Amino acid sequence: MDVASASKALPAAIEFHHVCFATQQGRLLLDNISLSLEPGTTTAILGRSGSGKTTLLRSVNRMIEPSSGDVYVDGKSVREADVIALRRGIGYVIQETGLFPHFTVERNVGLVLEVEGRGRVERLRRSHELLTAVGLDPASFAHRSPHQLSGGQRQRVGLARALAAEPKILLMDEPFGALDPLTRAEMQDMLRDLMDRLGKTVLLVTHDLDEALHLAHRIVLLEGGRLIANLEPAEFLASSQPEITAYAQAFHRGERRRGGHA
Amino acid sequence: MSGGFFAQYGGEIATLTMEHLWLTGAAMLLATGIAVPTGIWLTRAPRWAQPILTVANVLQTIPSLAMFGFLLPLPWLGERAARIAILALTAYALLPILRNTYAGIRGIDPAVTEVARALGLTGRQRLFKVELPLAASFILAGLRTATVTCVGIATIAAAVGAGGLGELIFRGVASVDNRLVLAGAVPAALLALAADAGLGFLERIFRTPSH
Repeated sequence: MDVASASKALPAAIEFHHVCFATQQGRLLLDNISLSLEPGTTTAILGRSGSGKTTLLRSVNRMIEPSSGDVYVDGKSVREADVIALRRGIGYVIQETGLFPHFTVERNVGLVLEVEGRGRVERLRRSHELLTAVGLDPASFAHRSPHQLSGGQRQRVGLARALAAEPKILLMDEPFGALDPLTRAEMQDMLRDLMDRLGKTVLLVTHDLDEALHLAHRIVLLEGGRLIANLEPAEFLASSQPEITAYAQAFHRGERRRGGHA
Repeated sequence: MSGGFFAQYGGEIATLTMEHLWLTGAAMLLATGIAVPTGIWLTRAPRWAQPILTVANVLQTIPSLAMFGFLLPLPWLGERAARIAILALTAYALLPILRNTYAGIRGIDPAVTEVARALGLTGRQRLFKVELPLAASFILAGLRTATVTCVGIATIAAAVGAGGLGELIFRGVASVDNRLVLAGAVPAALLALAADAGLGFLERIFRTPSH
């Protein structure tokens, strides 16, 4: 893709280098993953539940520490980074949103700036700017509580919060997994527009092939903790690799059964 | 009750009520100062939770009269009956506050604590901006239980000469004068009800709305 090829000279935004992760019981969740993400691109990690997608994502901001191997962000090993600074520089969005229920929407969005000691005026300005960017009118949403929002609105606030400190990297763990199909489609469009404008490096965990095709420049397939494929969307669809076709065939089954368009 | 009774005992009831408040209040402050930090620490070291909560639990099962008796011969404590009373009341107040602090923080939506970590909040920031505010209504509920219990138990403190409204109750029992018993028991009950209502009000203020 254009962005990717233009930035070949730069160090990868995120690089996984022979990353393994075993649980305390000795179960191997990540098995020797090596993968590199170009700056400004979106990479979708596909795979069934338990394939290691979330674990891989969480190794980037050191929510887990790999048993062996290394993760590099902007060319530097995350092991050597200050964990607080590292995390503040990486946006994080999860399916459950994890909005702080005792804060208003605007305080949720500005929280990272707040803990960095930035002034109130700056926080509010930034928070309102971001709410607008994710499609929520600050005049009517800034002072609401999270429990007064719909699922899609909560997810928008979660995204705005993740962007507050202007991170170069955004980690998203099934951000739209709990939404109805129409809301999900709106959110995907919103995210795509926003990412085209902001040029973030996005690591997106999903098990929705359609979402991956819609949003990602690269699609990575994990199975049993192993990297099965790392392809562009068109290559992914054209692939005859059995694991990939099995995954692809799990989608649009209803359409095929009804003799539809698939 | 005649007007003569209040003329005779009114001043004493007021003094003993203040004494009662002081014993209970001091014990609550001490117990909160011990139990809230300990509860927070237990959420960081959960393997200690069971043993420590068991100790607090056992403390609570000691009959109050026996507890005052045990403390009486101790060196510095025994000199002043009020010290014994405050320490004993503190021991009784520990469990509800400790248990609710621990359970209140542990009960926070894991997604919220996960995000607080992932956004780069330091341990202190997580505690003061997220965990304590979200557990506040729980902690206050523990404090409320402890206060109401201790207002009652504090009446026994008079048995070791620590004063408080129990003074009137014991004297009334000894002289078979129900008016004296009531003069101690009614204000004690009113104190307990007032504490219950006041802390219950705070508890509702701090409760976070959920979806």
